[in-house]
Amino acid sequence: MKSLLRVFAIMRKEFLQLSRDRLTFGMIVGIPLGQLLMFGYAINTDVRNLSAAYVDESDTHISREFIADITASQVIVMKQRVASVYELEQLLDAGSISIGIAIPGDFDRRVLERDRQAAQLLVDGADPIIAGVAQQLAALPLRFDSQARVPKQATLLEVRNYYNPERRSAVNIVPGLVGVILTMTMVLFTSVAIVREKERGNLELLINTPIKTPELMLGKIFPYILIGLIQLVLVLGLGWYFFQVPIRGSLIHVLAAALVFIAANLSLGLLVSTVAATQFQAMQMAFFFFLPSILISGFMFPFDGMPVAAQNIAEILPLTHFNRMIRGIVLRGADITSMLDELLALAIFTAVALTLAILRFSKRLD
Amino acid sequence: MMNKKQIAITASGLTMRFGSLVAVNNVDLEIEKGSIYGFLGPNGSGKSTTIRMLCGLLTPSSGSATVMGMDTKKESESLKQKIGYMTQRFSLYEDLSVKENLQFISEIYAVPGKERKHRVVELLDSFKLADRAKQRSGTLSGGQKQRLALAAATLHKPEILFLDEPTSAVDPQNRRDFWETLFELAEQGTTILVSTHYMDEAARCHRLAILDEGVKVADGSPRQLGESISSHVVEIEADDPNNARLCLLGSEEISSITQLGIKLRVMIPKTISDPVQLVNNSLVAANIQAKTEQVFPDLEDIFVSVTQQRRREQGS
Repeated sequence: MKSLLRVFAIMRKEFLQLSRDRLTFGMIVGIPLGQLLMFGYAINTDVRNLSAAYVDESDTHISREFIADITASQVIVMKQRVASVYELEQLLDAGSISIGIAIPGDFDRRVLERDRQAAQLLVDGADPIIAGVAQQLAALPLRFDSQARVPKQATLLEVRNYYNPERRSAVNIVPGLVGVILTMTMVLFTSVAIVREKERGNLELLINTPIKTPELMLGKIFPYILIGLIQLVLVLGLGWYFFQVPIRGSLIHVLAAALVFIAANLSLGLLVSTVAATQFQAMQMAFFFFLPSILISGFMFPFDGMPVAAQNIAEILPLTHFNRMIRGIVLRGADITSMLDELLALAIFTAVALTLAILRFSKRLD
Repeated sequence: MMNKKQIAITASGLTMRFGSLVAVNNVDLEIEKGSIYGFLGPNGSGKSTTIRMLCGLLTPSSGSATVMGMDTKKESESLKQKIGYMTQRFSLYEDLSVKENLQFISEIYAVPGKERKHRVVELLDSFKLADRAKQRSGTLSGGQKQRLALAAATLHKPEILFLDEPTSAVDPQNRRDFWETLFELAEQGTTILVSTHYMDEAARCHRLAILDEGVKVADGSPRQLGESISSHVVEIEADDPNNARLCLLGSEEISSITQLGIKLRVMIPKTISDPVQLVNNSLVAANIQAKTEQVFPDLEDIFVSVTQQRRREQGS
């Protein structure tokens, strides 16, 4: 009974402080909104409009038709025509184009005889994604009006795209973004929550009262769970509104996954706050955690493509498990009961982090 | 007032080391219930550290302390309900209002539901904060902040109140009012331990301990301390105090000279039987007109005397 009153007191105080801290309040809404719009529109794995230039040494109707065809694919935007391969190389060096097309003088004969490649692509291969696009271009079939006799080539495999037939990146990004945003705000808010009291001197008063450590920790966590849920609704709602990201699974399952994930992040934040001495240190530690979360959790790059060592590290990160769950539920309509492993992993993370935080937090100054 | 002596705080051999620094060195204490006990000492003399050890915030490197019959090491949690602590720095929430802060504290101490509201209103009234109830505590003046802090520290009616330099940011009028409140609390039976570096505040305490570099160099009532020191104090009123001072500086028997406006206070060891005569002789020899009078040592004299004595003992 007394415990409940004290937890409630801490919660109420946190809410009062939050409502008066305009910057934090703004971050609760501003971070999800800004990041959703920024990433939703900016991150595009379906590459288009790469800058290109070409040199056409044969200058026949076939070569012109070829250039027109390749431009029509919209993968590249033809910036200019130059006189020599040397000039193409210079443009590549300068970074003004990513792809150069060199058509030799005997292009027509090469196309007709088909004994070797007809033209050359000069690619800025430093970026693997551009190199991948060049591969697609190289696989472009030769079909010219003047060559009606060339049979249309059949491919070995047909692709059937499940869950995201239009190949819209936002469909994959938005559910992942829920996790990224929750990681950022939840860890940051709680990691600062106790350190701020340390810095302002409030903690010296608080530890001299009969409050118990778990009461303090729980009181600090609850308000932020609510904030996390507000952010969840905000991101999924706006994702649906702006990017037509469907929610195919049950909302209850989304909520369940999010709650466990939020708890994991808040516990980590509390642990950080018991280690850090200043708010600045707390933020540094939180950022140390963000970067791997964003890069190796499967949010940016497919998880299976990473080396085993990186996968093992990623398994520790709560975001990895949440990404699997939220994408499963939101995009594939999966049932959360089919992902109990992920839930368990998050529950263990929460228990360990919270226990460490409670053990580390001392009601003494030494 | 007290027919039977009851002890609220005892400490024996209390020591705190931070690395190679000995912040508190082998301090023994015995503090009576219902008294105001002062810690007098300069900054860095170990006042705050001692208070923190007595609250159970710091674990002593060696030695032990008992507060209200409870061991500060083993029973620090149950002790928390019985003590009130006012930190040196304002430690309530500056972004909460005066009333919200008190409500928060009342909930943290789990004051029973019906009493809670009543107690907050009562404190707002008695600490003259009622008209400030809705103001954010960060915008209060130094005196108001201090009243709020004391109100918060006494909210749960603690038996012992620890006050760590409570008046450092407060004007003289507020300081007087503050001490009135402390005497009222002591009257009601609260034991108060207050640290200060103001001599006039220390003089108001029932008993006090003088701390210097972590060592308790003297303790007792201000009267006892004045009687026990090893020096006479002679006050000299001269037209040209500077000249008088220069003249007396040459005298080997005089251990210290302090100038207060046109007056000089001179300390002379008790081994000299007639200190006034000694001073007069020197002044007459130098042809300086002055009134001399032996006075009872004030706390500053006591402080200077006991710390000097300690230095001498250390030196030899």
